[in-house]
Amino acid sequence: MNIWLYILVSAGVSYLIRATPLVLIRREITNRTIRSFLYYVPYVTLSVMTFPAIVEATQSPIAGMLALVAGAVLAWMGQSLFTVSVACCAVVLLSELILL
Amino acid sequence: MNDNRTCFKNGIRDGMPIALGYFAVAFTLGIAARNAGFSALQAMIESMTNNASAGEYAVFSLVASGAGYWEVAIMTLVANARYLLMSTALSQKLAPETPLLHRMLVAYDVTDEIFGISIAVPGRLNPWYTYGAMAVAIPGWGLGTFFGVAAGNVLPLRLVSALSVGLYGMFLAIIVPPAKKNKVVLALVLLSFAASFLASRWALLAAVSSGVKTIVLTVVISLAAAILFPVKDETEAAK
Repeated sequence: MNIWLYILVSAGVSYLIRATPLVLIRREITNRTIRSFLYYVPYVTLSVMTFPAIVEATQSPIAGMLALVAGAVLAWMGQSLFTVSVACCAVVLLSELILL
Repeated sequence: MNDNRTCFKNGIRDGMPIALGYFAVAFTLGIAARNAGFSALQAMIESMTNNASAGEYAVFSLVASGAGYWEVAIMTLVANARYLLMSTALSQKLAPETPLLHRMLVAYDVTDEIFGISIAVPGRLNPWYTYGAMAVAIPGWGLGTFFGVAAGNVLPLRLVSALSVGLYGMFLAIIVPPAKKNKVVLALVLLSFAASFLASRWALLAAVSSGVKTIVLTVVISLAAAILFPVKDETEAAK
């Protein structure tokens, strides 16, 4: 088995999955249900990926939970992507220094 | 739509936290790559051509267990199938007249994070915004993997732990502001948290990969919402 061939196969499949809809769906979809579906997809999929993963990514689940709360509050207050992201990291670093 | 140069710069700005988070995540991925027999260069190329954490992790573990090419192809498809949905959503975010070349380039790095910031820009997506983010995120991802293989466990665990939530912080910054404005989105965010939590704890689903769970939950919840709460305003759906 050749590692370069594994790279070629996985790269090819990864690209085709992403390129197919972008290349084939050129026109605006007018169906209201499909439009609504695609409108909701980003929020649902990002939410599903965020929780409980954020709590499981850290060494201490409590630190992850605190990061979730801090991030949600800052985002609610309209802070930028960068601020929210860095604040979450800082909360984990500080709380794990205390907790662990 | 702003001019391309401004969009590219904005993309770099928003791509920086992604690149940092990627570096940390890819670093841990590099450790898995080394166990599968990848050299640092091979692992970096794998990362820079696949751009997928779960997908690559699956590839590395399959290669480590001596799987065949077909198995790797099918697993890559399953682990990355959610990008099919994201690319479909992005196809509606681009102006309909966007040329083929731009569509093909944007497709190269549709990841959870790049998709997240691209879909969050107001109005139509200028591909140059995505290119700006890619310009910093892809090297971050590739170099992280390279050093993960080459340097093993030199990054302190504390730092890896802290950096690993950066990506989720970014997701929060994308989903919370619309949830504040739209009650349906708020309800969907909370429902998705709950459903995702239950799916992760339900013993029957223990063998199902997280990529598959993400797809199933996304399709079911979004479809139900689309039927029950169709988006009224034309412009709202385009955002």
